[in-house]
Amino acid sequence: MNGELKELKLTINGKPYELKVKPQALLVDVLRKNLRLTGTKQGCLTSSCGACTIVIDGKAVKSCSILALQANGHEVTTIEGLADGDKLHPIQEAFIEHGAVECGFCTPGRVMSAKALLDENPNPTREEIREAMQSNLCADEGYVKYIEAVEIVVKKTQGGS
Amino acid sequence: MREFEYFAPKTVKEALSLLSQYEEEAEIIAGGQSLLVIMRQGLFTPKYLIDVKGISALDYINRDEGKGLRIGALTIHRAIEKSPIIQRHFKVLSEMEGNLATIQTRNWGTIGGNLCHGDPAGDPAPVFIALMAKLKLASLGQERIMEVEEFSKDYLEVALEPNEMLVEIQVPTPPPNTGTAYEKLTVMKGDMGIVGAAVSITLSSEDGVCKDARIALSNASSIPLRVREAERQLIGKVLNDDLLAEAGQVASEEAETTSDVHGSAEYRREMVKVFVRRAARKALERARAG
Ligand SMILES: Cc1cc2nc3c(=O)[nH]c(=O)nc-3n(C[C@H](O)[C@H](O)[C@H](O)COP(=O)(O)OP(=O)(O)OC[C@H]3O[C@@H](n4cnc5c(N)ncnc54)[C@H](O)[C@@H]3O)c2cc1C
Repeated sequence: MNGELKELKLTINGKPYELKVKPQALLVDVLRKNLRLTGTKQGCLTSSCGACTIVIDGKAVKSCSILALQANGHEVTTIEGLADGDKLHPIQEAFIEHGAVECGFCTPGRVMSAKALLDENPNPTREEIREAMQSNLCADEGYVKYIEAVEIVVKKTQGGS
Repeated sequence: MREFEYFAPKTVKEALSLLSQYEEEAEIIAGGQSLLVIMRQGLFTPKYLIDVKGISALDYINRDEGKGLRIGALTIHRAIEKSPIIQRHFKVLSEMEGNLATIQTRNWGTIGGNLCHGDPAGDPAPVFIALMAKLKLASLGQERIMEVEEFSKDYLEVALEPNEMLVEIQVPTPPPNTGTAYEKLTVMKGDMGIVGAAVSITLSSEDGVCKDARIALSNASSIPLRVREAERQLIGKVLNDDLLAEAGQVASEEAETTSDVHGSAEYRREMVKVFVRRAARKALERARAG
């Protein structure tokens, strides 16, 4: 039937979830509204701004441009899954220490783009960092400090090369 | 977004049965990177949505010297960009993908979805036309092969029957001494091209004469446009930069450019000249390198 609720099973931040969603529900809405994981932001809804970036099966994607049901059976990581209890993820720490955060709205998306990059390529070049974060738009802080913040993480984890 | 009934078939056969059952009322969704934009705006309201993204049998890249390259329709852009096979044997495809949208879109959008969306600004179609690629289209119990060049019919319209889906892209192994390149005009890396040009040049191994040339444009018409007159400027000649410029000039006359916020028809026409020549120079250099 049209609009009938459908079952969705997925893993989010290592935890299994089972819920029922409308077929037309976007993944960003299910994360934010059904599951109250509001760290992921909804910005433009046209796949342009990157605020809704999350990681699915290790890859950065835009959760505003994916139906929730398309995540069925997949492993999702959101910004809430990065910190280990009170201990922030090194990317989060570097963002804070380096002042790469201003209003903060684009920050979760950016951190998730950085996370997908570093998981795949722990020692990226500056150009690779820029490319990975190219689609995370910011209206205030700018486009330099967060690249440097990722470089700081790389330096730390790669033993100061 | 308007309501629809949702199916997630796990095999091509299941997807094709659903398509043959619902025909015009059904729409396929692969990565949804193009489709969801127009559905969210209410411009398109399918009654049945068939989600093929989970059909892993259509996610592959393989190659052999005889058959050439085969890419499953559900292969994501990023996999093509990063494939060692493609980087080695079809560099132009990897380069084109590396400049298509941004990583998040390439990580979920599929090559088949891009072609079936039929956007004349799309990057893959002109490159595939230059590479003489073919498409395998399937309906229940049937398959047919079509040149990529024949596939686009009009703006966002392709030659798929309502009960058909694209399953594979087939790219033949280029003849020896062939070089192919794609160049597009963008304000920022990863934008849709304001115009783009794919050029493939094959030189004779004996006398260096241009044996074959193929030129296709993006965003210079309502479909990815092959410009045959421009190709004729090159075929049978010993190429030099003046001839490449001439091909650019003729291509810009053949182009059917229109105006939008990104550029006027005149500007696009002028840029076709520049980008055909630019891609042709690179293709020629590659053809000479073997
Ligand atoms: C921000 C942004 C930037 C972009 N930049 C570029 C760019 O620079 N260059 C470029 O070329 N593209 C660009 N695109 C377009 C986009 O990347 C592709 O068109 C997209 O990857 C389409 O693939 P999909 O799997 O998401 O298709 P979908 O959106 O799921 O489907 C698109 C259409 O194809 C049909 N379809 C899908 N798969 C099949 C199949 N196997 N058989 C039959 N029909 C099918 C669907 O029914 C639908 O009509 C951009 C998109 C976005 C959002």
